Amino acid sequence: MPRYLRLAGRALTRVWLFAALFAAWWVWSAGSKSLYFPPLSSILRTLWTQWVTGPARAELSSSLEHLLAGYVIAALAGVGFGALLWSLRYAREATSPYLYFLYVLPSPVLVPAAMSLFGIGFTMKVVIIAFAAVWPTLLNTLDGMRGVDSVKLDTSRALGLSRTRHVFEVVLPAALPQIVAGLRNSLQVAIILMVVSEWVASTDGIGYFIVTAQESFDYLGMWSGIIVLAVIGTVANLLFVAVENRVLHWHYGARAVEGAR
Amino acid sequence: MSAGTREQTATPVVSLRNVRKEYAGAAGRRVALADITFDVSRGEFLCVVGPSGAGKTTLLRCLAGLMPPTSGEALFEGAPLRSVPEGIGVVFQDYGRSLFPWLTVARNVDLPLRVRGMGRAARAARVAEVLASVGLADAGRQYPWQLSGGMQQRVAIARALAYRPDLLLMDEPFASVDAQTRFELEDLILRVRESFGVTVVFVTHDIDEAVYLADRIVVLSRSPGVVSEIVDITLPRPRDQIATKGEEAFARYREHLLGLVMTR
Repeated sequence: MPRYLRLAGRALTRVWLFAALFAAWWVWSAGSKSLYFPPLSSILRTLWTQWVTGPARAELSSSLEHLLAGYVIAALAGVGFGALLWSLRYAREATSPYLYFLYVLPSPVLVPAAMSLFGIGFTMKVVIIAFAAVWPTLLNTLDGMRGVDSVKLDTSRALGLSRTRHVFEVVLPAALPQIVAGLRNSLQVAIILMVVSEWVASTDGIGYFIVTAQESFDYLGMWSGIIVLAVIGTVANLLFVAVENRVLHWHYGARAVEGAR
Repeated sequence: MSAGTREQTATPVVSLRNVRKEYAGAAGRRVALADITFDVSRGEFLCVVGPSGAGKTTLLRCLAGLMPPTSGEALFEGAPLRSVPEGIGVVFQDYGRSLFPWLTVARNVDLPLRVRGMGRAARAARVAEVLASVGLADAGRQYPWQLSGGMQQRVAIARALAYRPDLLLMDEPFASVDAQTRFELEDLILRVRESFGVTVVFVTHDIDEAVYLADRIVVLSRSPGVVSEIVDITLPRPRDQIATKGEEAFARYREHLLGLVMTR
């Protein structure tokens, strides 16, 4: 089979279900008179007039700003503090019970506390997103770095790597697959907290838009906001996977070879 | 060989003096090495054999400076081993775990040179040279996991030789490859040792391999590890897989060593 046909075939396997569901929704909702479930065609029209050409673009960009700022802080702090705890045995043993305590605490309950500390503006949302999203990355970084194969550690010493090189050229790369898995979880948590922080108390953002629309019986607006969120989640994930495949190509390559042997 | 010229040639590369190693375990202290004393002279190919559990790997880790002995002394070129000195290269059994999968073959070999602050051009030349000496001149751009097991272990050997160590320590390096590849690698290490003039300590559980490679064999007894005998191997060099292993003397060494390893 020629290459382009195989690629087309692979694309088709991924797309057909989406196309089928989309068509089903379209047909099923076409004549809908229900206030709560408007026709898909109307939702998409609202999506266009609100989010692409209309006023909701501002909500979209402010949400993305919250998300980006919060996630970047969470990622940097997660890897940084994870690595720090890895290197400081005493601090790790002293803090580990609290780390897991904070990790299992459902972060939305911290929104009220964050509001009273930081108000309801940009800072509060970024703090909430960063605080909630830091844990998966931090704990995965710590676990990944602690779990590096002892032969690799011995090899690093035998080759004469300094402490700094040892950390940056052996331990971190070896832990990278697990760190990246943590970063991926953190991204999902960040998106959830982006919405939650916006709908509890806010004057902007997609979450705010959805709640306001729902409260004013604008179900078209509400559905369009939900679709926008789904698109953000999908695009963020696709970007993440693209970066991951580049950074971890050696990991997947080695794993594929192992599986074949 | 800078360290070598400073020392008198009579100074052994390695001296072990009453080395003892105990591990603290759940069931109390476990003795891995009870009392080990021997020297390795410059240019020598020394094999260490012994049944499993005799402490072979522990001994190698003490020799490498990866682990301090509980008591006794481990000296490298006259100085006590506290960490792995610049002049020691180590090849571990499990190449899949000791090579860095995120680096290409060339960059794996390059790493110890970069660590030692060598210039870019000198490094590139050295990497090409050692890769060629293990028969992997064209593999530099590949990743280790794209190569066969035998080729991966060649990469590990090249990496350990890249910085021209005085002493090469090998921990059962050919235990995870098939027999054919093992013979090739045995001959490779003899050639490489010749061209680099490196002293080798080679741990193995394979008696045939030890007799084929060694100038001298240290036999460890069953745990707790002590040296049960040191056997001089006077088979002529260069050695040949078929001719050497067909010699009567080879069979006698083999029988003698098997007796030592099996009974004790």
